[in-house]
Amino acid sequence: MPQWTPDQPLIRILDVHKAFGAITVLRGVSLDVMKGEVICVIGPSGSGKSTLLRCINALVTIERGSILVEGQEVNDPKLDKLKLRRKVGMVFQQYNLFPHRTALQNVMMAPIHVLKRDRREVEEQARKLIRKVRLEGKEESYPGELSGGQQQRIAIARSLAMNPDVMLFDEVTAALDPETVKEVLFTIRELAEEGMTCVIVTHEMGFAREVADQIYFTDGGVLVEHGPPKEFFANPRDPRTRQFLDQIL
Amino acid sequence: MSVGGRTDLPVLLPFRPRGSAQGPAFRLRARHGLMLAAALTLSVGVAEAQTAPGAPSIIATILKWTPLLAQGFALNIAMSFLAMAIGTVAGFPLGLGQVSLLGPARGVSWFVTQFFRNSPWLVLLFYCMLLMPFEVSIGGTIVALPGWLKSTIGLSLPVMANVSELVRGAVRSIPYGQWEASEALAFSRAQTLRMVILPQCIKRMTPPWMNLYAILTVATPLTSVVGVSEAMTLTGDILSSEARTELLVPLYLYLLLWFFLYCYPIARATQALERGFQVR
Repeated sequence: MPQWTPDQPLIRILDVHKAFGAITVLRGVSLDVMKGEVICVIGPSGSGKSTLLRCINALVTIERGSILVEGQEVNDPKLDKLKLRRKVGMVFQQYNLFPHRTALQNVMMAPIHVLKRDRREVEEQARKLIRKVRLEGKEESYPGELSGGQQQRIAIARSLAMNPDVMLFDEVTAALDPETVKEVLFTIRELAEEGMTCVIVTHEMGFAREVADQIYFTDGGVLVEHGPPKEFFANPRDPRTRQFLDQIL
Repeated sequence: MSVGGRTDLPVLLPFRPRGSAQGPAFRLRARHGLMLAAALTLSVGVAEAQTAPGAPSIIATILKWTPLLAQGFALNIAMSFLAMAIGTVAGFPLGLGQVSLLGPARGVSWFVTQFFRNSPWLVLLFYCMLLMPFEVSIGGTIVALPGWLKSTIGLSLPVMANVSELVRGAVRSIPYGQWEASEALAFSRAQTLRMVILPQCIKRMTPPWMNLYAILTVATPLTSVVGVSEAMTLTGDILSSEARTELLVPLYLYLLLWFFLYCYPIARATQALERGFQVR
């Protein structure tokens, strides 16, 4: 296999098909994500956005097509999933923090037990990450004691602690109160500005317009169209895109 | 329809969970103990009235036999402890087997669990009593298997099956997002179970597990049927040696009170734990 170099797409998705039983979710999706690029995927509910994200880190296996992450084929039965997932961080709509562990422990667990890194060094990095998501002082709080927005930011810190090359965000503000959405988006924007490669599934159009390099619109399991935000929002070409944007904006 | 307490519309009624899935709706309460004590007092009074002139009083007779009963009761407690320990140690892996990704392991664990969970306890007890040898040879030394030990093993079988179900239910009750998040953080399945899923399960399992222990404790008198000298057997022995029919009701109620006094604190602690979890 040819060696992957940073000038090639970090993620290359080619003609991916996925069905859950009789329900086809993805019917031939292709997209490239370059290193440092921020991609926003928008589209109506049930259009396969979340499934597409889950395919990238092999939480969901695909039926047909190819997904390359740094040149490594994800759709390969011999794939070392753990190795892939160290490179790909993911943040979920429902935060999914571990409720029996404090915020700090949540951030530290994976680097210590999966990467087998030194505990003291991990703790130092974890405290730094918690500061970075502006939750200094909440290290010893349990997830149940934090607001939704705070939990989500801890979840972002937990994912960053693995030093991933790319971050996947799955509708991370969809379960939040409107006033806490902003703080989470702020954290993601900061990450994007620092050059983190991000694939973001979102319903926050204003945020997508601001932060994305490319916007992809999905409907019925296909990518209908994509383009830089300005162009995408100003002149959507496909009627489905236009209809969706009319409904939402 | 009216609002303010008097309504026949279910949606307007205050939410009251109907017996949680993790335990029976019936709970031991202090008033059950009071009722038992009242019944005992009454039966002692009735029995005193029936006592032949010159015979020792009922209370004196009960007190005379109390040390022996206590010995028997200690055996009940010892058997309950041991059966719970064996059942838990064996039931935990069995429960994990039920959530295994390996089909055959899952099938076998499921079958064993269902078999022992749905067999009558007394049948299992007889099987263990009659099928196990009275002594076994371990590395050349002969180890005797007394009846109480064999019946303890017999009691531990349904405990094992119930613990297995508790484990399976607890693992299944953990939201799927916890598995997904662990997977995304590159935890292996074993790590996920050990560090994420099971710690959360143990908290959820504790109240029903304590409940199971209380059920086991009140089931230990079953072993009297197979001849173990525990409190129930001794009560029968005392009655036949005293040969006084009026003693029968007070003495059994007295024994019942012992079981209540032992199980009531466990029931209270279980309730307190459950309430604590609801707040969290």
